[in-house]
Amino acid sequence: MPIGPLAAIVKDFEGEPADLIPVLQRVQAICGYLSPETIRLISRWLKISENDIYGVATFFAQFRFTKPGEHPIKVCLGTACHVNGGEQILGVLERRLDIQPGGTTDDGKYQLERVACLGCCALAPVVSIDDKIYGQTSVLKIQEMLDEREKSENA
Amino acid sequence: MSERKAKTLERQRNQAAGAWSELQNNTRPLIFVGAGSCGLAAGAGEVIEAIESHLAKKEYRADILKVGCIGPCYLEPLMDIKMPGEPRISYSNVNPDLARELLDSFFEKGEVPERRLVGHFGEDGFKGLPKFFDHPMLAHQMRVVLRNCGIIDPENVDHYLARDGYRGFERCLSLPWRDVLEIVKKSGLRGRGGAGFPTWRKWLICRETESDKRYLICNADEGDPGAFMNRSLIEGDPHAVLEGMLIAAYTIGASEGYIYIRAEYPLAIKRLKSAIARMRQLGLLGDRILGSDFSFDIKIKEGAGAFVCGEETALIASIEGKRGMPRTRPPFPAVEGLWGKPTIINNVETLATLPNVIRNGSEWFSRFGTETSKGTKTFSLVGKVRRTGLIEVPLGMTLRQVIFDVGGGLLKGFKAVQTGGPSGGCLGEEFLDSPIDYEALAAAGSIMGSGGLIVLDKNTCIVDTAKYFLNFTQAESCGKCVPCRVGTRHLVNILEKISRGKGEISDLARLEQLARTIKGGSLCGLGQTASNPVLTSLKYFREEFLAHIIEKRCPAAVCRDLVVYRIIKEKCTGCQRCVQVCPTAAISGPRSEPHNLDESKCIKCRSCYEICRFDAIAGDAIVIESRG
Repeated sequence: MPIGPLAAIVKDFEGEPADLIPVLQRVQAICGYLSPETIRLISRWLKISENDIYGVATFFAQFRFTKPGEHPIKVCLGTACHVNGGEQILGVLERRLDIQPGGTTDDGKYQLERVACLGCCALAPVVSIDDKIYGQTSVLKIQEMLDEREKSENA
Repeated sequence: MSERKAKTLERQRNQAAGAWSELQNNTRPLIFVGAGSCGLAAGAGEVIEAIESHLAKKEYRADILKVGCIGPCYLEPLMDIKMPGEPRISYSNVNPDLARELLDSFFEKGEVPERRLVGHFGEDGFKGLPKFFDHPMLAHQMRVVLRNCGIIDPENVDHYLARDGYRGFERCLSLPWRDVLEIVKKSGLRGRGGAGFPTWRKWLICRETESDKRYLICNADEGDPGAFMNRSLIEGDPHAVLEGMLIAAYTIGASEGYIYIRAEYPLAIKRLKSAIARMRQLGLLGDRILGSDFSFDIKIKEGAGAFVCGEETALIASIEGKRGMPRTRPPFPAVEGLWGKPTIINNVETLATLPNVIRNGSEWFSRFGTETSKGTKTFSLVGKVRRTGLIEVPLGMTLRQVIFDVGGGLLKGFKAVQTGGPSGGCLGEEFLDSPIDYEALAAAGSIMGSGGLIVLDKNTCIVDTAKYFLNFTQAESCGKCVPCRVGTRHLVNILEKISRGKGEISDLARLEQLARTIKGGSLCGLGQTASNPVLTSLKYFREEFLAHIIEKRCPAAVCRDLVVYRIIKEKCTGCQRCVQVCPTAAISGPRSEPHNLDESKCIKCRSCYEICRFDAIAGDAIVIESRG
């Protein structure tokens, strides 16, 4: 019988192979990422090989396999954001946080991601921090936002 | 039992009429805030907080209604006030300060301030103020699918019922399925997901396939980056989509339905979940719906992020718990789909159109549009256009009318418009007067797509845009077939080379040849359309490619390797703002004297350019120019 992080969700599923993606989504929502241990547990529970689980999980952009940072920053690079300077915003964040997209800062505080579209194209360029979406940002506004966060944390 | 079920809805409908009329003839002031995802991104959350605390502080009595997106996103956050006996009056770009000011004006002074006023929703001539729907962005629109968005409370089924909600479905129940199919056939409705296949034909194939079970899937995996019509529609009027699902399921004989929706749309998912729960209470889902022989239920599946899952067979694979990879067709899903059973996949907008078609009849619907493209279509009008947002217009309107009349034109000169997202094409000025319909767009080398309209101005580089789309499709290619997996990679490489000023003339022929191979040889729609952005931009904007290749110049000053940042000495006030923001100390100079920019240190991050533009003290002295 599955244990650990799966205990809370077992009752919501039939335990069939078709449950794989929703199960992975729930596990990631609880644990923040998919660890080798949880994948092993899921494999036993749903009777799908770990190989196949990795095959599915790596196919989709949503799943991550490393511990996420405390504050995820997502830079939207949809078409409207691209033509309105989204790449430059990503560049500024890469330099300032000293990480590449997909990475987490050494102190585990920020995690940087590029996303295909947050669906707020009329307010491009768009960035989300902790799932709150900020519209009409700019390379300066995003830096001011980080400055303020740092200031309020140090205060 | 069955009669009781039918009565539950009737009772609710009566109650709904009361609730709706209370809203129209409110005795307490009502405050509407556009709280869709885009409104919230623009700051509607802060506005709502400010309203709540100010109401409490001043002891004003009023109700707050969070509505969906009404369309003009560039005016968000929108806040409307409806005093008893007066129409709803709408204000734009509201921040917490303005929200408090407006409350004081209306509640204390009894005034209607004119600053940031957009219009009212009442009869002509109210206090000499403009009407909301006469606003230039809205006046040219035809709101059929979006009729409830921004008008009703999306979490309140009463509002939907009071506006003839579920009447279309009730009419279906009284008709044999063939009659419903006939109405849809006569209406001329075509799939709104992109390809434009006649809805009725797909349905008929599915219905006539012998099977013990059939499935209906609502495709809400809006993957086109730059499009958000489906998100706004679900957030603003979830029941319209769900009623559409009931109609479709009844006609094709499906007993189970899925909504496949992007996990990136949490608010839309929440709205759907609560709407489905409400439907269940009203007997609109489950066994023997409203006492009929028709049983149907809906499950939500969250997409895990893969553009290719917009393709029907890939979407099905993903619901089955597998990698979202397409397979060869035929058999088409209408014959052999989910779990091998006949399956219909319809787009959100197609489904939300259905209740209107059934309620008002096929003739009413086919009045809008052109000979072959009937009805209205929603578009997300974004990019370098003045008035950005969600719009709905009759098909057949010209691109010029949409971009200039509805969208208010551009700040800088028009260059191109991209329809159909990464699967579509870049169309230049010569297409401005061609109508938006399935055939005209296909003839131009583009597609209708799901409704993304991205307007590009003279400051947008065509090579860069084509590279952007190919980077996207390359990353989203599932890798199953070689032309798409390897071909798109090479397209990206060649475009990258050109954008760095390293291209050769022979690259253009290579691009074209490769693009045609990918188009002809790919397995699914993703690959077959991936080269459209390249082919159209090569066809219509060849000189821009040549400028990159021969002159090593980016005319729009976008491609990084071909631009320089420069300070215009005569304009520079020496304010030191740029010196402070430069991350690499590329700019130097004493205060009050023109600064110097050291090109060898400059990493082209745009910080200095922005501060020079938007700071009050600085003065437009920094420019980004093409080399050469």
